[in-house]
Amino acid sequence: MNKQAFLGVLRKGLTFLHDDEVEERLSFYREMIDDRVEDGLTEEEAIREIGTPEEILARILVDMPPAKAEKKKSAPKRRLHWWEILLLILGSPIWLSLLLAAFAVVLSLYAVLWSVIISLWAAEIALWGASFGVFVGGVGLAILGHMLPGLALLGAGMVCAGLSVFLFFGCFAAAKGTLLLTRKLAAGIKNFFEKGE
Amino acid sequence: MDVQLKRGLLDVCVLAAIKNEDSYGYQIIKDMKPYLALSESTLYTILKRLETANMLTVRTAEHGGRLRKYYRITDAGKRRIEEFKSDWKEILAIYRFVTKEDADE
Repeated sequence: MNKQAFLGVLRKGLTFLHDDEVEERLSFYREMIDDRVEDGLTEEEAIREIGTPEEILARILVDMPPAKAEKKKSAPKRRLHWWEILLLILGSPIWLSLLLAAFAVVLSLYAVLWSVIISLWAAEIALWGASFGVFVGGVGLAILGHMLPGLALLGAGMVCAGLSVFLFFGCFAAAKGTLLLTRKLAAGIKNFFEKGE
Repeated sequence: MDVQLKRGLLDVCVLAAIKNEDSYGYQIIKDMKPYLALSESTLYTILKRLETANMLTVRTAEHGGRLRKYYRITDAGKRRIEEFKSDWKEILAIYRFVTKEDADE
């Protein structure tokens, strides 16, 4: 094992210490290796004298007061100061109502989106119904001898049927897009809360 | 050996190693080698403890194109060595008393 590898393993193992302490320890061992190399040893021989990174890590842990080893681990999840808690409580009428309002806005926008889609489908069904009705009416008129109005109705029925086919694709795409959006939003919210923890 | 006693002994040994002139980590280990084997991690802990107790000061100097830390004893460090010497006289007296009891038996 050469110097770089030795220091690399040591650095990885020293995660329980603060960054500046890690650097200090690493420079201490770097100096120890360099001084032995200057004394005529190879890097490998120098490291053999100093010991394996695992042995060194074990000894550092043994030498360290237990409270200190724990400190680094619990540091990121610090407790709130009393004044932060006080501010949170005092500010709750403001931030809570703002939060609720923001939530309500998002929810209503979402509802609007779905109502547009529902009305699109309603228009689609209405068009189908209309084209069917007009078609039947046209055929009826033609049989009864009113040739021209009957043909006009038949034509109108066909236009309705054509429009409804177009609208069907539009409705389908809109519903699919909204569902995809919902899934992305849900994933985003889930991610946000998991990061916050 | 009792942990507290050993710790006190090691502290004084390291102070003695830098008593006459400034020294650096590897030199301290080499100087102490005939008397006791000292690992790097133990030395690091001792040096830190002595620095915190103001018994030595640290300076970084360039040596052969790299940095090396040199340790210098302070007056408080020198006093610690003197304390150790006078303590040891008492301990020797106690030792003689203890072994005399053994011899009488």
